[in-house]
Amino acid sequence: MRLFNLLFQPRPSSASIAKERLKIVLAHERAGSHAPDFLPRLQKELIDVVGRYVEIRDDMIRVSLGKAGETSLLEINIEIEGAKTKAQLASAVA
Amino acid sequence: MTRPGARERENLLAKVVAITSGKGGVGKTTTAAAFAAGLAMRGHKTVVIDFDVGLRNLDLVMGCERRVVFDFINVINGDANLNQALIKDKRNDNLYIFPTSQTRDKDALKREGVERVLEELKQQFDFIICDSPAGIEHGAVTALYFADNAIIVTNPEVSSVRDSDRIIGILASRSRRAERNEPPVETNLLLTRYDPGRVAKGEMLTVEDVQEILSIPLLGVIPESEAVLRASNTGTPITFDEDSPAGRAYSDAVARFLGEQREMRFVQPERRGFFRVLFGRA
Repeated sequence: MRLFNLLFQPRPSSASIAKERLKIVLAHERAGSHAPDFLPRLQKELIDVVGRYVEIRDDMIRVSLGKAGETSLLEINIEIEGAKTKAQLASAVA
Repeated sequence: MTRPGARERENLLAKVVAITSGKGGVGKTTTAAAFAAGLAMRGHKTVVIDFDVGLRNLDLVMGCERRVVFDFINVINGDANLNQALIKDKRNDNLYIFPTSQTRDKDALKREGVERVLEELKQQFDFIICDSPAGIEHGAVTALYFADNAIIVTNPEVSSVRDSDRIIGILASRSRRAERNEPPVETNLLLTRYDPGRVAKGEMLTVEDVQEILSIPLLGVIPESEAVLRASNTGTPITFDEDSPAGRAYSDAVARFLGEQREMRFVQPERRGFFRVLFGRA
């Protein structure tokens, strides 16, 4: 079975995996070596802003900087499933 | 016998282990990854921290480079909390990676900040593995300052042995344990990239030579192995490759570190069997 795998399996070599991983990580780092510095502050301020409308914990927001082809991508994931909106809370009281 | 309080018990168990060498390129990061993975495989909750500020690489060797959001410096500066920065390994539930920052500000690694983070980690982990940068500057000294144990990664080669000797000296004089006159950092030797064939031909220092010169206990000998490069190519700690001699040698070293007796393997030249000779595989 091992021999069969060696001969016929089109599995990528570990060197080509290494090259692919390096390309991705270097493209990211060259694109904005200073950019990630502001991410923690951005996240903090987002928590403040979103927190005015829905109840949210620190770990419910994830911010990351990536690249899709030529476009830089600022990805912000905000988890609000199960979170109560503050409007709902306020109207329930009223 | 009375059972110690939970907090106290955790603190007693938690060990800070520095992986250091002085010289660069001898296999510190490979060893940090392999050791952390080996401890996790044996059921110990383990975190491996990259102390090489500005030259982050542990993430690549561990295969989590695309999952880094926050880092060591963010946590030290209070911009993120610990659990936001810790990356949970996808292969082993006991294993966590704590990446460093790519900032050029080398002094970002403040000692008080590092101490606070380590104390917090001690509440969650059994072992805290510190992957030191090369050299004997700020980063390297910070990585070993809080250590309970140190693993000196050495190649059987003159410059590596000399630099290991310097770093052993720094451990003995500049670690926190030394400054406070506490019991010294438990320091062990790990010989990597060992080639028994060349040793047999008299072309390479023997284990005994290196141990005699450095005179610290030997934790293990890792044979030169093609599997190590393959593992780093794919972002896999070599210990997960249980078929490779290097992976097995690391597992042995981890077992010895935990107090088990294990015979030294891979220190004799491999006998080439009939098929290996026939097919010319090394």
